[in-house]
Amino acid sequence: MKNIIEFLKKNIVPIMFIIICSICVPISGFSVTYMINEVMTRLTRNAFLILSLLIPIMAGMGLNFGMTLGAMAGEIAIVLVSDWQIWGIPAIVLACIFSIPISILLGLFCGKMLNMAKSREMVTSYIISFFMNGIYMLLMLYAMGPIIPIKHTSIKLPRGYGIRNTVSMLNNRQCIDNALAFSVGGVKIPVLTLLIIAAMCLFIIWFRKTKLGQDMRAVGQDMEVARSAGIDVEKTRIIAMVISTVMAGFGMVLYVQNLSSFSTYSSHSNVGMFAIAALLVGGASVDKASIGNVFLGVILFHTLFIVAPTVGTKITGDSMVGEYFRVFISYAVITIALIMYEIKKRQQKSNAGKLLAEAQNKEEQ
Amino acid sequence: MANNNAPLLEMKNIQKSFYGNQVLNDINITLNEGDVLGLCGENGAGKTTLMKILFGMEEIAETGGYGGEICFNGEKVDFKSPFDALNAGIGMVHQEFSLIPGFTATENILLNREPLKRNVISEVFGDRLNTLNYNEMTGRAENAIEKMGFKIDPKMVIADMPVGHKQFTEIARELSKENLRLLILDEPTAVLTESEADALLQSIKSMSERGVAVIFVTHRLEEIMTVCNKVVVMRDGLVVMDTRAEDTDVKKITKAMVGRDVESVDNKSVGTDETAETIMSIKNLWVDMPGETVRNVSLDVKKGEILGIGGLAGQGKLGVPNGIMGLYEAGGTVVFKGNEIPLNSPRKCLDSNIAFVSEDRRGVGLLLDETLEWNIAFPAMQIQNKFLKKLFGGLIKWRDEKAIKEVTDKYIDELQIKCTSSKQKAKELSGGNQQKICLAKSFALEPEFLFASEPTRGIDVGAKSLVLEALRKLNKEKGVTVVVISSELEELRGVCDRIAIVSGGEVAGILPASKSSEEFGQLMVSKVI
Amino acid sequence: MKERIKNIIAEFGISRLIIVGFILFMFALAPVSGNKISTLLSNVANRFAWNGLLVLSMVPMIHSGCGLNFGLPLEIEAGLLGVTIAIEMGFTGNEAFLAALTIATPFAILFGTLYGFLLNKIKGGEMMIATYVGFSAVSLMCIGWVMLPFKNPVIVWGYTGKGLRTMISIENYYYEVLSGFLRFKLFGVTIPTGAILFFALIAFGIWAFLHTKTGTAMTAVGSNPTFAKAAGINIDRIRMLSVILSTWIAAIGIINYQQGFGYVQLYTAPYSMAMPAVAAILLGGASVNKASISNVIIGTILYQAIVTTTPNVINSLINLDISDVIRIIVSNGVILFALTRKIEEPKK
Repeated sequence: MKNIIEFLKKNIVPIMFIIICSICVPISGFSVTYMINEVMTRLTRNAFLILSLLIPIMAGMGLNFGMTLGAMAGEIAIVLVSDWQIWGIPAIVLACIFSIPISILLGLFCGKMLNMAKSREMVTSYIISFFMNGIYMLLMLYAMGPIIPIKHTSIKLPRGYGIRNTVSMLNNRQCIDNALAFSVGGVKIPVLTLLIIAAMCLFIIWFRKTKLGQDMRAVGQDMEVARSAGIDVEKTRIIAMVISTVMAGFGMVLYVQNLSSFSTYSSHSNVGMFAIAALLVGGASVDKASIGNVFLGVILFHTLFIVAPTVGTKITGDSMVGEYFRVFISYAVITIALIMYEIKKRQQKSNAGKLLAEAQNKEEQ
Repeated sequence: MANNNAPLLEMKNIQKSFYGNQVLNDINITLNEGDVLGLCGENGAGKTTLMKILFGMEEIAETGGYGGEICFNGEKVDFKSPFDALNAGIGMVHQEFSLIPGFTATENILLNREPLKRNVISEVFGDRLNTLNYNEMTGRAENAIEKMGFKIDPKMVIADMPVGHKQFTEIARELSKENLRLLILDEPTAVLTESEADALLQSIKSMSERGVAVIFVTHRLEEIMTVCNKVVVMRDGLVVMDTRAEDTDVKKITKAMVGRDVESVDNKSVGTDETAETIMSIKNLWVDMPGETVRNVSLDVKKGEILGIGGLAGQGKLGVPNGIMGLYEAGGTVVFKGNEIPLNSPRKCLDSNIAFVSEDRRGVGLLLDETLEWNIAFPAMQIQNKFLKKLFGGLIKWRDEKAIKEVTDKYIDELQIKCTSSKQKAKELSGGNQQKICLAKSFALEPEFLFASEPTRGIDVGAKSLVLEALRKLNKEKGVTVVVISSELEELRGVCDRIAIVSGGEVAGILPASKSSEEFGQLMVSKVI
Repeated sequence: MKERIKNIIAEFGISRLIIVGFILFMFALAPVSGNKISTLLSNVANRFAWNGLLVLSMVPMIHSGCGLNFGLPLEIEAGLLGVTIAIEMGFTGNEAFLAALTIATPFAILFGTLYGFLLNKIKGGEMMIATYVGFSAVSLMCIGWVMLPFKNPVIVWGYTGKGLRTMISIENYYYEVLSGFLRFKLFGVTIPTGAILFFALIAFGIWAFLHTKTGTAMTAVGSNPTFAKAAGINIDRIRMLSVILSTWIAAIGIINYQQGFGYVQLYTAPYSMAMPAVAAILLGGASVNKASISNVIIGTILYQAIVTTTPNVINSLINLDISDVIRIIVSNGVILFALTRKIEEPKK
């Protein structure tokens, strides 16, 4: 019995979501095939991005709100590749390769900053993402054109410089998703994308077993002990940020090829928030996350995401309510996860007192 | 390289001073392979500093290095960091655990020394991408545990282990280092149960048989007699006893630890008036103060006396005032002047006119970023509504800057606080003057009862005697009951009427200050855990 | 002498000197770019009057050690509720302003109590959680603005008859009720006297509060909570009080903002209100646990000067509208700078 309560307590967020989903899905009236198809699409679209969050959590740096930096790197790469009129899988590969140096640079910056703000990593990475967003806008709005040559009018703003609000990759539309894809009972299985995600999972599992992975786990749990054992704490943390940023860059490229277009000035922020929310829905916490959390989270979170507008409309008669509701859910999940993490940290401290009182009672008896 | 005729370790004429304060004086220690050296002494005797020098801790170099010479393995060495010491074959187990809580014993034993397997990716991206060789790791960890002679589960996660096993994990980690020649154990048995402690002694013996030398720092003198073949006793930065174990006994060691010329103590106390009423009665107090746990303290304080609370570090003497004043979670009953004071509520204590000078000056005692005026006036303002002007018929309580300045200047004068003005920030003062501010703060409350916790810790001699004199004056002139908590027995004997010794989180005994140091010394180690 | 100059510079902060220099440079360029300095200054004065209170609302929470108040959007919602309900109830003209302030007050106390209760549970993690509490509140209120049974056609969407508009003009309500009061021109610079006086009044109130017994306790709690605890202060109660105070100032702050700006912005608008306010107070020389009224005044002026002057000048010079980008980079850059400074922790 105690175990069951303990289990419920630990997994309260996913359980709540399972309940909400199991109420909302029937109300929405969507067919099973439609739902599975949608969830599959969103899974392949988002899983890679969410996976990029795992390594900083392992290194004790909390939820990496700075993953938007990687997403920006991916977007810059896509814009350039699109402008060079490269299509199909080569375009995707090239965009990935091109995002790497940008991601590394941004990851280094972010890692260095976070080393200066230990124990405030999350709020700092969050502000970094906003700050970089400003720099990114400067680059996309004013430097693209005059400084970095952009030829194509479909990308360029009509005024002659800067990038349009949406960049379309229609010509690359789902070129990876469609490769090797087949259909089972009306559900499209994008085999190549799934293989790439599986490879990523394997990489993470393998990475945990490397010396670097072990060091990161050590640094994540106790920086001082790790340092006294001779591990270069600062460098290890920076590497964790760089890996996460590079992975987020790849994730963004995959995300865009699936959607076939992205809004230049807001996609990365949304992507970051939804990835973090999804991971937390899957039962992860600020200091612990697994690959299982990623997949459970992506399925639950996006199931709700798919049905929320319809259900909202059906219940309230207003289409906007559902939209707002899913934004609210994303924020609320992150809020609750952060609160639970802080409260847990404080509870651990107060347990010792009880033990002492008990010990004295025992002695007296 | 290794000179077989030379002793394993020679420390010659080691000297060390912190900020002009000589803490080690001409220390000489020699150790051979397989020797087990018992190192003991009161707190502040210099044991820890000596070990820090030997282990190359950074704080030694940061505070100006040390004098003298250390030869290890026949070569002169000068360790810049613990890593140098480790490489030379010196291992140290610290009092605080240095373990990763979520790792297994195996992972901790081999932390950052994991055996690795090469792979294709690491060929390209560097060695840190080698994978861990788990089989080899298990093998080595088991090997080290075997060597230690105490069975712990190598697969168990540290967080789930009993405290004693954590200690053994640390020892196993040192033993897993192939080149280990000398192991320093800093109070390793403090957290062990009796049977675990026996097992540890056993494993020290087997280490010594294998030629590893051990320096064993402990307060448990029986253990030294059981396992060591050499004993060194330190006091006031000097080696006062250096002998073979069979030539001494517990009694002699105790005497050497605390024994000073008893006559020199300048005790001005008249002794406690046994007929005086009990002003505070403490019953079954427990306090969860990390590192200073109080388990079961019962103690009566007589009105108008100066009571000392002494004891070794970590035995819980500091927990007593901190618990009563509500700074750490506590339980039990405290009766003050016939009324029970609720615990865990600083306000209730202060309202009953009990004041507290904390041992943690910077953390608890001061508002470092604020002026001296604020520091001194704040508690009296908040608790007793002093230094406030009432506006609009008492609706608004306005800070009375003038009164605040007056009282601050008064104490600056009285306690000879060196500062540029009463508006100076507290963090800019020296330690001694900061301590005087803390005293002034509690004096401003005009208390009936005062706890002074380590009032002279880390301050220079001049300030020390001024602080003690101020406490004595408060007691004699204003009739305030004072409880002084200090690690320095001689200081307590100088100022107190009676001294209670806390050992193992309990009161081991209460003696008049005039009793001999030896008797206090025996109480100090009586219940050590 | 040299020492003294050095000290003055150190006290003012090199980063702020650079910013002041930059602003002066922009003003120097203004005539070249065809901007009138007086117009630019009027702009700054106006913006100061709008934003001053929102920045001031940071002060109590910083004093009590709750850190930078990223939860400002939540507090703004209290003000928005005050305004919408006042209009719904049929108040018009300047009465609506007073009604809005009055109605917002109980909401501010309620929100502040809940918010303070939460922040007391999670000491040490305030800033990150405050951010998301703010966001959650805004998104929840988005649903609220759609669902709440408002009826007044002035504020409700015309064609459906339900759900509030995203932007409500207050032209016929209390537009410039304060800014217009005793407005005068000085060397061509328009001074919105009423609004500045209103700010001064509240700021004086805070200044006075910080000189009372409770205010002193609040500062001590922020400076060293353990010290305050040892001196018998109920830390949770003081923190709660500071949060309620902050919430109330923010609630009336947004109403003051609207009277100058001319519109009530609902739905997602409050999301972006926190960063500029946080940045402004940091720019004024505040740190994560120290802030004064002068920090608020200097900070708001500097911040508004940068974000209004720079884009104007650059726009005229090279015909580039980069106000948004500058605002984002400056505000987040300043916050980032503050977060990565070493703060001496009161206790390990």
